This record gives sequence, structure tokens and C-alpha cells, in this order.
Amino acid sequence: VTVASTVVDLARAQFATTSIYHFLFVPLTLGLGPLVAIMQTIWHRTGNDAWLRLTRFFGTLLLINVAIGVATGLVQEFEFGMNWSVYSRFVGNVFGAPLAVEGLAAFALESTFLGLWIFGWNRLSPRLHLATIWIVVVGSWLSAYFILVANSWMQHPVGYKIVDGEAQLTSVWALLSNNFALRAYLHTILAGLIFGSIVVLGVCCWHFLRGHEVDLFRNAAKLALIVAVPVTALQLVVGNRFGEAVTSAQSMKIAASEAQWNTCEPCPFSLFQIGGFSKDDETPSLSITIPRLLSYMATGSFDGQVQGLNQLQAQEQSKFGPGNYMPNVMVIYWSMRVMAFAGVLMFLIAALGAWLYWKKKLEQARWFQWTALVAIALPFIAATAGWILTEMGRQPWIVQGLLKTSEANSPSVSTIWLGISLGFFITLYVVLGVVDFVLMRRYARPDRLAPQEELPAPAVTY
Amino acid sequence: MDLQILWFVLIAVLWSGYFLLEGFDFGVGMLLPFLPKDERERGQMFETIGPVWDGNEVWLVIAGGATFAAFPAWYGTMFSGFYLALLLVLFFLIVRVVSFEWREKSESPGWRTVWMWANTVGSFGASLIWGVGLSNLLYGVPINSSGDFSGTFWDLFTGYTVLGGVTIVLLFAFHGSTFLTLRTTGDLCERAAGATRRLSVVAALAVAGFLSWTVAVAVDRNDKDVFPPIVPAALGIAAVALALLFVLGRRSGWAFVMTALATVLWVATIFTSLYPRVMVSSTDFANSLTVESASSAHYTLAVMSVVAAIFLPLVLLYQGWTYHVFRARVGGDEVLPQPVAPPTAGSG
Repeated sequence: VTVASTVVDLARAQFATTSIYHFLFVPLTLGLGPLVAIMQTIWHRTGNDAWLRLTRFFGTLLLINVAIGVATGLVQEFEFGMNWSVYSRFVGNVFGAPLAVEGLAAFALESTFLGLWIFGWNRLSPRLHLATIWIVVVGSWLSAYFILVANSWMQHPVGYKIVDGEAQLTSVWALLSNNFALRAYLHTILAGLIFGSIVVLGVCCWHFLRGHEVDLFRNAAKLALIVAVPVTALQLVVGNRFGEAVTSAQSMKIAASEAQWNTCEPCPFSLFQIGGFSKDDETPSLSITIPRLLSYMATGSFDGQVQGLNQLQAQEQSKFGPGNYMPNVMVIYWSMRVMAFAGVLMFLIAALGAWLYWKKKLEQARWFQWTALVAIALPFIAATAGWILTEMGRQPWIVQGLLKTSEANSPSVSTIWLGISLGFFITLYVVLGVVDFVLMRRYARPDRLAPQEELPAPAVTY
Repeated sequence: MDLQILWFVLIAVLWSGYFLLEGFDFGVGMLLPFLPKDERERGQMFETIGPVWDGNEVWLVIAGGATFAAFPAWYGTMFSGFYLALLLVLFFLIVRVVSFEWREKSESPGWRTVWMWANTVGSFGASLIWGVGLSNLLYGVPINSSGDFSGTFWDLFTGYTVLGGVTIVLLFAFHGSTFLTLRTTGDLCERAAGATRRLSVVAALAVAGFLSWTVAVAVDRNDKDVFPPIVPAALGIAAVALALLFVLGRRSGWAFVMTALATVLWVATIFTSLYPRVMVSSTDFANSLTVESASSAHYTLAVMSVVAAIFLPLVLLYQGWTYHVFRARVGGDEVLPQPVAPPTAGSG
């Protein structure tokens, strides 16, 4: 038992490490891509060279980011088969299809047209060249859709039947229109736009702090704020609606995210609590709550009933047999709060920035500029917490209600191999992360922007 | 046509596409330390594949995803069984991917040297392991009765499979050098032509030896008749022999066509020799995975067939267009940076 659980734990640690890392880069691509495309579009329409300079400045950051996203994405595709062969055989019929379609219909588009955009400045007509960056954006957004269709099937399986111990697809439409997937997709795309706009805003504020090219970066800051204010606000609503989908598909995840041990009606929302995270200690020693809010968030009604962990545990046991069907309550409770609080904070920062911009005080408000610069970390923290909530909240299942994580790993892969590969990925990813951070910082720095006269030679020369 | 067979063929086509396209990228990468005489020429070599390598690597992603969807049992056994080998492939591919973007981010000679070698080592290592890996599907690895790999990392290395890896390295280097003769100019092009001459003979010998051995392995270890595996094997040997002749006759275009064909036929020989199995078991032949036992159900295959019928031609079309856009030789007058045409207001 101990060896088996070590193998599963190591495989889980590895998947968590590689996917969290991968998802630091993916949403920035999803959000920075359209912002760069908008900058180039404005340049194309107005002929104002400021927008060309901004396109190239933020385009460089986008490319540094994409490189590592692509490199670490490959690991994700291989890892299902390498570490989770039982899972792969069980789900391949259903889960494999959106992954294959992602490669064929989305990733191919993104990769090919990215090459055209990078090298096509002098070879394509301006209009065609502009089209290539928009096609890259379409490719990356489509790609996110198919990946989330696959992931959502693990959270809320639809359109399948079980034949000879494996899941078989019965309706591709049910798979593609999975309610869970559509909400997760909207949530992720908004997250991407938040990444893009908060990072652009932070970089602009860095330049304001140094008094560098203030006129130029005011344009970009305005664009970032125009995107950031509505998307951060919308995300609060969408995140909430997504919570409803989770409630119906994964009641245990919601109960754990609120440390709600017993069924309640109506239920208060806990903002903060000390203790109350284990079976021996169900009542927190200190908590701050808002009456009825959890009922609203989980069910859409202020009087709604939310089932408790104890009741759900009993239901699961009668359905699936003895075992622990609760995820780690403390981790789930706090990951939910870190994500939500970071989301609210980003909305406040965006709203404040927009107000300062409107009052023409943005370039003077140094305290805000520092805040916005530090706030670059927030979307990364929120996204990481969000995935911890999504994936750890599903435990002990790897596919909700169908297959347990503890039974899904590769029998042929030993503890030693897993140890080697986990050590390998951590080492490699730390090195890549350090280089990436240094490069990003260097190319985002206020002294880094190409002087005006160097501009008309955008061809990439190796 | 039976959808299971169609998908077996499609997986072979995807690997062929990957080898054909990324093959010359890998070849260019392997030649980086040897052909250029200065940083400018190294930059030109990078530029020959710069716009296309990412699109080329997509074929691997598609091949992996398609195997997962169409043959889940094959995907599970192969990826978990070839664990450490694939870990190495990931290392080689990752350092190579970032080398393209990161190398140019600093002028420092030390930095540039590091990322050039990252590209070279990545290209060499990935080629070697893909060659060893695909040869192993046919040669056979220990597979137990529940369909899981039961061997060790070292079981992957036999005389035959190592020759498979070495052949792919030589063939890709040859393929990359014929590609360079078409994509560069001046001295660099001359040196690339010199490299094709030196590589052509060894690559031809290796391909001839390996493909002949493959037919023997198909008969001995996979219960096949000499026909049909001998057909792609003979055509592959013919292609590489013609490539050799074209190189000696200085017909670069035709030489490239032949190295491309030889690459495709290398893959075709392996897959023709494999059918109806997808992974041969060396311990108990009955444990081998077959097209039928490893595949997804009809519905999934039908959906995937529709998707492939729509998107595969589309991908070929726009990737083909990309090669057309970047058809000009690197280092010639045509690609000197020209000012961006100023946009006319309102033209969008």
C-alpha cells in the first residue's frame, strides 16, 4: 500500500508541478496576444508609429512567454501516457479526441501563423501581416477551448457510456457543449484577458515610475485599463456562475471550498476562519461570515441549500463503497479564497487606475504605480490557486465518479523513475523560469525600448 | 475502409509528416557547430528554419494526440513503457524550443554559443531517440499479459534499434544539408553542398542496411512475410541511392526530394512491417498490442475521421503557403530588411 501510494503521490506531484507551471505562461499568451493584435490594428488604421513601437515592445514579451508555454505544453501531452497509463486507456476514447482536435485545428494554426507573424514583417503586405497575429489569437483561444473540453470531462463526464471497463464516446456534441466546459472556458478566457491587461498596466506603470516614454506608455495604459475594468468585473460574475456549475456537478468540491461540514439552508459565506478544517475540529475558533451569500453563490438563490461534507461523504459511501471521498478541506478552502480575493483586488486596482486616468493623475500617482507594478503577481497567484481548487477539489477522483486517482497511474512506472522525472522537471523548470524571468524583466525595462530612429527594421535578424 | 486501419495509416502519415518536416530542422540544428564560419552565417542557418520549425513540430503534437484518441491502449503502453527515453526526448525538445527564441536575446558570444549547442544537442538527441523508439515498436519490448511494459530502460537498446537511431540521425543530417543547399547562398551554400556529399554515402549505407534488416526483423519477430514490407524498404533504399546520385550530379532540388522520400519511406517500412500489430511483445508474442485490440470504438474513430478530413488538408494548405512566403534564400539580396511599408490610414 505504501509503495503504491508513493507512486501515485509522486505522479500527482509531478502533474501538479508541470501543469501549474505550464499555466503560468498559457493565460498570458491568451491575453497578451489580443492586446498586441489590437495595438497593431490601431497602428495599421492610424499610421501612428507610437502603436508600432508598442506592438513590437509587447510583442517581444509575448514571444518570450510563448516559447516557454509551447515547450512545457509538450510535457502535458506526454505525461498522461507516461504517468497515467490506466487513466489513458480508460478515457482515451473520449478525452483523447479533444486533445487530438486541439493539435489539428488550433495549435497548428497558432504555431504556423506565429512564425509568419515573427518573420513576416517585410514579406507580407501590412494587412496580411496584421491578419496573421489575429489568426494566432484565434488559434490560442480555440486551443484553450479544446483543452478545457477535455479537462471538464474529468470534472463532469457527459456523452459517454462504459463498455468493458472503458469510457466510450456516445455524443461528441454533448462533449463539446458540456455546460461545465463552456463556463470553464469563459472563466479561463477572462482570466487570460486579466493576465494580459494587468501585466501591460504594470509594465506601463513601471515606465511612469522612471519617467520613461510617458507619452508612449500612456496609450498602452489606457488600452490596458479599457480591457481590465470590464473583464475583472465580469470575471467576478462569471466566476460566481461557474461556482453554480460546480455545485451541481461536484457538490463535494463546493462543500470543501467552504469548509461546510453540515448541510445548511440558508448558508453564510465564510470570508476568513481559523480552525474548522478537519473532522475532529469542525467548528472554527474564529470566523467572519456574510449571511446567505454562500447560498446565492452556490445555487443562485439566497435561500438555497448547500450540502455539507458529512452528508456528502455518507452519500458517496453508500454509492461507491467505503472510503474517504473528501478532498483536503483546508487547501480547498484557502485556494478558493486566494483566487477570489485576488480577483476582487484586481478589479479594485483596475477601477482605481481608470479613475486616476480619467482625472489625469495616473502619471503622477506613484503609490498607484507601485501598486500596479506589484499587482503583476496577482493574476499568476489567482490562476494557480484556481487550478489547485479545480484539481485537488476533485480528489479522490481523477474522473469524477468514474475512476479514482489512486487506481489510474502507470503500473510499469516505478518510484525510482518517478523520482528521477520529478527531480528532472523541477530542475529544468527552475532554470527555464529564472532565464525567462530575467529576459522578461530585461525586455520590459524602461531603458529597453528601441529608440525611434531604429524602428523601421523590424525584421528578426538572428 | 475499416476505420481502425485508416487510423493506423493516418498515424503513420503523421509520423512521416513529422519526420519529413522536423527532420530537416533537426538536420540543420545538428550541422550548426560545423558549417558556419562566423556568427552571421550561424544566424542565417537559424533563419532558414526560424519561421517554420514551430509549425513543423505541431505534427508531433498531432501524432501524439491522435494516438491517444485513436489507440488509447497503444498510447498508454508506449508512453509509460518508453518512460525514460521520452523524458530525454522532452529534455532535448524543450531546450531546443527555447533556444530559437532565447539565443537572439543577447549579443554575448557565450550566451549565443550555449543556445546554439542547446539546439544542436536537442536536435541530435531527439532524432536518435525517435529512431530508437520507433524501431522498438517492431523489434519488440517486454510486454506482460495486462498490456504493460515489463522491461527496463536498457531493453530499448539492441543492435537493431540503435542502428535505427543512428540511421535517423544520419538521414536527418543529410536531409537538413540538402535543405540548406536550397535555402542559403554563397559560401555557406557551398559548404552545405560539401556536407551533403560527405553525408550522402554514410546515410545511404545506413538506410540500406537498416531497411534490409527491418524486413528480416518483420519476418523473424513479427510473423510477417517478406512481402509487403520489402516494397517500402526497396523504395526507401532506391530513394536514398538516387539522393546520392543527385548530390553527386549537383541537382540540389531533386536531392532534397529524394531525402524527403527516403525519410517518409523509413517510417512507411516500420509501419508496414508492424501491421496488424502496433507494438510487438518480445516476451510473449501473444501479448503484442494489435490495431484491433488497442483502438478506440467506432464512434470516436468516425468523429476523428471527419475532423481529420476537414483540418488535415487545411493545415497542409496554410503550411504550404508558409513555405511559399519564405521561399527566398537566406543571405541573398531579397531578404535584406526593408522598411515596413507605412500603412495608409483607413486601409484596414
